[in-house]
Amino acid sequence: MKFWIGAAITVVVGVGLPLMPLNEYLFYAGYMVLSFVVLATAWNILGGYAGYVNFGPPAFFGIGAYSAVLLFKWLQAPLVVQIAGAALMGGLLGFGVGLLTLRLRGIFFAIATVAVVFIMETLMVNWRYVGGATGLQILRPPVEVFDTYTRMLFAVMTVMSVAAVAIARYIQVSWIGRGLRALRDSEDAAECSGVPTLKLKLFACAVSGALMAAAGAPMPMYLSFIEPASTFNLSYTIAALGSAIIGGMVHWAGPIIGAILLGTLQQVVTVTISSEINVLVVGVLLVVFVVAAPEGILGLIKKYFPGKK
Amino acid sequence: MSTLLEVRGVSKQFGGFTALDGVNVSIARGERFGLIGPNGSGKTTLINCVSGSLRNDAGSILFDGRDISGLPAYLRTRRGIARSFQIPRPFASMSVLENLLVPLEYVAHGGELLKGHAEDEAMALLRDIGLADKAQTLSSRLSQVELRKLELARAMAARPRLLISDEAMAGLSATEISEVLAILFKLNEAGITIIMIEHIMQAVMKFSQRVICLDAGRIICEGAPAQIVQNAEVQRAYLGA
Amino acid sequence: MFSLDLLFEALLFGVLLGCFYAAVSIGLSVSFGLLDVPHVAHPAIMVLGSYGTWIIAGKLGWDPLLAGAVLMIPFFLLGVAIYRFYYEVFEKRGTDAGVRGLAFFFGLAFIIEVGLILAFGVDQRSVEAAYIGKSFQVGEYRIPMRMVVAFAVALILTFSLSFYLSKTFTGRAIKAVAQDEPALRLMGANPVRIKQWAFGIATGVSALAGAMLIIISPVEPAIDRLYIGRTFCVVVLAGLGSMTGTLAAGLILGIVESIVLMLFGASWAPAVAFSLLLIVLGIRPQGLFGR
Repeated sequence: MKFWIGAAITVVVGVGLPLMPLNEYLFYAGYMVLSFVVLATAWNILGGYAGYVNFGPPAFFGIGAYSAVLLFKWLQAPLVVQIAGAALMGGLLGFGVGLLTLRLRGIFFAIATVAVVFIMETLMVNWRYVGGATGLQILRPPVEVFDTYTRMLFAVMTVMSVAAVAIARYIQVSWIGRGLRALRDSEDAAECSGVPTLKLKLFACAVSGALMAAAGAPMPMYLSFIEPASTFNLSYTIAALGSAIIGGMVHWAGPIIGAILLGTLQQVVTVTISSEINVLVVGVLLVVFVVAAPEGILGLIKKYFPGKK
Repeated sequence: MSTLLEVRGVSKQFGGFTALDGVNVSIARGERFGLIGPNGSGKTTLINCVSGSLRNDAGSILFDGRDISGLPAYLRTRRGIARSFQIPRPFASMSVLENLLVPLEYVAHGGELLKGHAEDEAMALLRDIGLADKAQTLSSRLSQVELRKLELARAMAARPRLLISDEAMAGLSATEISEVLAILFKLNEAGITIIMIEHIMQAVMKFSQRVICLDAGRIICEGAPAQIVQNAEVQRAYLGA
Repeated sequence: MFSLDLLFEALLFGVLLGCFYAAVSIGLSVSFGLLDVPHVAHPAIMVLGSYGTWIIAGKLGWDPLLAGAVLMIPFFLLGVAIYRFYYEVFEKRGTDAGVRGLAFFFGLAFIIEVGLILAFGVDQRSVEAAYIGKSFQVGEYRIPMRMVVAFAVALILTFSLSFYLSKTFTGRAIKAVAQDEPALRLMGANPVRIKQWAFGIATGVSALAGAMLIIISPVEPAIDRLYIGRTFCVVVLAGLGSMTGTLAAGLILGIVESIVLMLFGASWAPAVAFSLLLIVLGIRPQGLFGR
C-alpha cells in the first residue's frame, strides 16, 4: 500500500511540475535521468533477478526509438501508440534473442546481445526510409497541455518510470521472482524443483526488452531527430548495467538509486568537464562496485544500517 | 502396472569417456531401492539422466509407463520425480524456508498457492527433518550436514512419487542417520518409491529391499542386500582387484 | 554486378583477412575457450597493444612488428595480473561470479577505451613500415604487402601456439586444466598458476595482434567494439578450445566478410561477424571442433 501511495505522489509531482514556471533545464535533464530509471529497472529484471547480463540495451532502446519513428512517419500515430508499438517490438526482440541463446551459458547470451546492437545499427544505417546513416528530422505536431515537448515528455517519462518500477516490483515479490532467483542461484536445482527455467528466462527477457524499448520510444520526439550512431551507442549499456550494479540488483529500489546517481552525475560532469570523463567515471565506479561492493548501495546501507528498510 | 520407473539400455558419454553403458533397471511402485558402486561408477550420472538434468545418448526412460526421455527436468519433477543433489545446491540467496517454497509453489500446487498455506507445509517439513529452528537462516550460512538435510527436505517438498536421495547421509552422525532413515521409511509407508544412493553400507542394507551395484557404467550385481554384500564382483569393485 | 575476377580477388583478400582474424582471436581462444574467462575486454587490450605499437614505432622509429613483439613481455605480465585479480575477486568466491565477472570485464573494456580517447583523442592512428603502402603484383591482382605480412605472422602465431599447447609440458598442462582441474590438482600441479601463465600468454599474444591490427589499417579507440564481434565469432565458430579450429573459423569469417563487402559494400560489413556469430549460436553452438 505504501508503494502505491508513493507511486501516486510521484505521478502527481511528475505531471504537475512541468506545468509550473520552472527552468526548462530541469525537465531536460530530468527526462534523461528518468529514462535511465526505466532502462536500469528493465535491465535488472533479467540481470539482477535472473542473473543474465544483457549488453544490448542500445539495441532495445534503439528498436523502440525507430519503431516510434516508423509508426509516426507511416501512420502519424500518437505518442501512446508509438510507445505501445515500441514495447511490442522490444518484447519480440527480447524473446527472439532469448530463444536463440538462453539455453546456452550466460556469456553467450551476453555476446549475442552485443551482436544485436551492431546488426540493428547496420540495418538502420542502410534503411533510407528512416533516414539511413545521416538520420531523420521529425516534424512534431504542436504540443498540447504543456508548454514544450520537453515538459510533456518529462511527464510521460515519469508515468513510464512508475509503471516500470511497479512491474519490476510485482515480478520481484511474486512467485515469478522467486523462480527467477532460484534459477539464478542454481539452475539445475531449480529445474529439479519444478521451475520451468527456460520459460521464465524468456519471460524476463521479453518484459525487460519491452520496457527498454518503451524507454526509447519518446526519444525521437524529445530530440525531433533520430540517427543510428548515437541511438545504438554502447554507453546506454554502461548506464543501465552500471545503475543496476551500483544501486543494487536484488531489489527494485536499487536501479532507481543507481540511475538517479549516474544520471545526475552525467549531467554535472558532461556539462562541466567532458562526456569522456563522465564515461570514465561511470566505468571506474562500475568496476569498483563490482569488486568491492557487489550488492551495491543498497547492500552498503544494509551492512552499515542493519534493520533500516 | 506395478513398475514405476523403467530404465532401458541407457548410455551416456562425455567426450571419449563412457559414463553409462547400456544400463537396464526396473523399479516397482512402492519399492525401497538401493544403488551402490565406487566413486565414478556412474551412479549420479544415472540419476541425472532419470531426473532430466542430463539427456541420455541412447536408450529410453519410462516413468509410469510413459517415455520421459525427451522431457525437460522441470516437467519430470511435476510428474513426480524428485532428487537431492550429492553436492548440495541450495538457493544461496534465500532462507531455508524460502528454499522449500520454490518446489512447493512450482510443483505441488502449480504456482497458484496461497502464500500462508505453503509456509505452513514448509515448516512442517522442516520440523520433520530437524531444521525448523533454522527456517529464517540464509541457506548459504548452513553447515554441510544441514545443507544435506535441506537437499532432502527440498526434494520432499516436491511431493514426489519417486524420491531419489543422492548420498544424503554423508557426514551425518549415527543418530542423524537413524533420523533420516526413519523419515525415509515413513515416506515409503505413505507410498513413495525411494531410490537411495549411499556409501554408508549399513543404511543401504537396512533400508533397501533390492540393491544394484554399478561399476564403470555397468550393473555388475543385482539382488537382495545380503546377496550383494557377499558378491565377489562387488567386493572387487570397492576394494580394487 | 560481379565477375569471376572480382570473386577471386574477394576470396584471396578474404583468405588473407581471415588469417589475420584468426591471429587476433587466438588469445581469446585461450582465455575464453580454454580458461572460461568471460574476457569481453580482449579486443580492448589488443587495441591498447596497437596504441603501444604506435607510440614505440613513432617515438623510436622501430618496425611495428618489432614493437609489438617487444610489447609482448609487459603484456604477458599484465595478463598474469588481470587473471590473478579476476581469480581472487570472482572465481574463488563462486556465487554470482557470472554477472560480476562479465560486468568487470565490460567495465575494464570501457575504461581502456575512454582512457585511450582521453590520452590520444579520437583521431585514427597509423604506423609506417617498408611493407605498408606497397602491393605485390600477382597476375592480374594487386595484393597489399601488409596483408601478406599479417598473413605470415598469423600463420606462425597460430602454429606456434598450437605446437606449444600440444607438445610442451606447460602447454599440455594448460589444456589439462581446461578439461579436468581436479585431476591436475591431484598430480601436484597448481591450477591457478597454470591458468595465470596461460592468460599471460594470451595477453602477450594480444600485443602482437594489436601490432598487426595497426599495420593492416588505422586504429581508433572505439575499434574494439567491432572486434568483439569478430573475435568472439571466430572463437565460437571454431569451437571452444580448438586452436586449429581458430584458423579455419578465421578463414571462414574473412571470406564471408570479403564477399559481403564486394557484393553489398562497406556499410554492411560490420554486421557480418555479428550475424555469423548469431547463426552459429543458433545452429551449432559447440562450433566446428568444439570440446
